[in-house]
Amino acid sequence: MTAGLAHPAVRTVEIATEADLIRVRQALRAASEQAGLGLVDSTKLITAGSELTRNILTYATGGRGTLSVEQVRALGRNGVRGTFTDSGPGIPDVDAALTDGFSTGGSLGLGLPGSRRLVDELTVATSPSGTTVTVVKWGR
Amino acid sequence: MSETLPILKIGDTLLVALQGDLDDAAVVRIEEQLTQEVARVHAAGVLIDVSGLTVVDSFIARVLARVVAMIRLLGAQTVVVGISPAVAITLVELGVPMGHLDTALNAEQGLALLRRLRAAADHGSDR
Ligand SMILES: Nc1ncnc2c1ncn2[C@@H]1O[C@H](COP(=O)(O)OP(=O)(O)OP(=O)(O)O)[C@@H](O)[C@H]1O
Ligand SMILES: [Mg+2]
Repeated sequence: MTAGLAHPAVRTVEIATEADLIRVRQALRAASEQAGLGLVDSTKLITAGSELTRNILTYATGGRGTLSVEQVRALGRNGVRGTFTDSGPGIPDVDAALTDGFSTGGSLGLGLPGSRRLVDELTVATSPSGTTVTVVKWGR
Repeated sequence: MSETLPILKIGDTLLVALQGDLDDAAVVRIEEQLTQEVARVHAAGVLIDVSGLTVVDSFIARVLARVVAMIRLLGAQTVVVGISPAVAITLVELGVPMGHLDTALNAEQGLALLRRLRAAADHGSDR
């Protein structure tokens, strides 16, 4: 909270195994605290991050990807942006993937639509050479 | 994370508290330990306290639901206690179906609910 305190601009977490889920949650928790997010908002952001990490582990080539976490500020509000990137096969139909119950993995299909509900902004950029899901959660 | 899960036995009820930031392997290990312990001691009731969990994502929620179903197959009742407001709001928004779980605010109310569930089960009604 001290003005002038240096922000580590971007923190990255390599995603390769299930153990990295813990590191993803820790990075998002630390950033949420730094941005002054409340407990409910940080829990939502961390849970969404957990879901998006699981998607990378399940659907990206080799289950590999990267999370970048950064502080964002706009209109006097602080927030956290998490960018989940992989070089997997991409999502052929993003609209379908963002619909509750759609899964190509025989699962519940609620990771992406559920994450969208949990954060303030969720965008998907995808092509056959990879997927980037960006989420932002703002403080109140 | 410690490798063994402390499972407390009081009478024919097992109490277990999940704590910290659990990875998937730990969650699955807990599921196995708990199920085995219910069978080993012929527990009639299980109280799972999740108040120490910082995050419950869809995987953890699904394993919780699964362990409750398995324990039911073993003839015991389970009550999940200590779901924090933040976790509850998050699970509902995420859309994880948890409505079929028997839950209570804290351990005390959880034990009371367990007693009621068991009384109902003993009377042959299936709630
Ligand atoms: N990073 C990704 N790369 C490629 N495809 C993806 C990726 N993330 C999601 N998808 C696709 O989008 C679909 C929907 O994802 P979503 O997370 O909503 O559901 P799910 O992972 O299938 O099930 P759940 O998350 O409920 O376990 C997936 O089934 C998959 O086809
Ligand atoms: Mg998913």
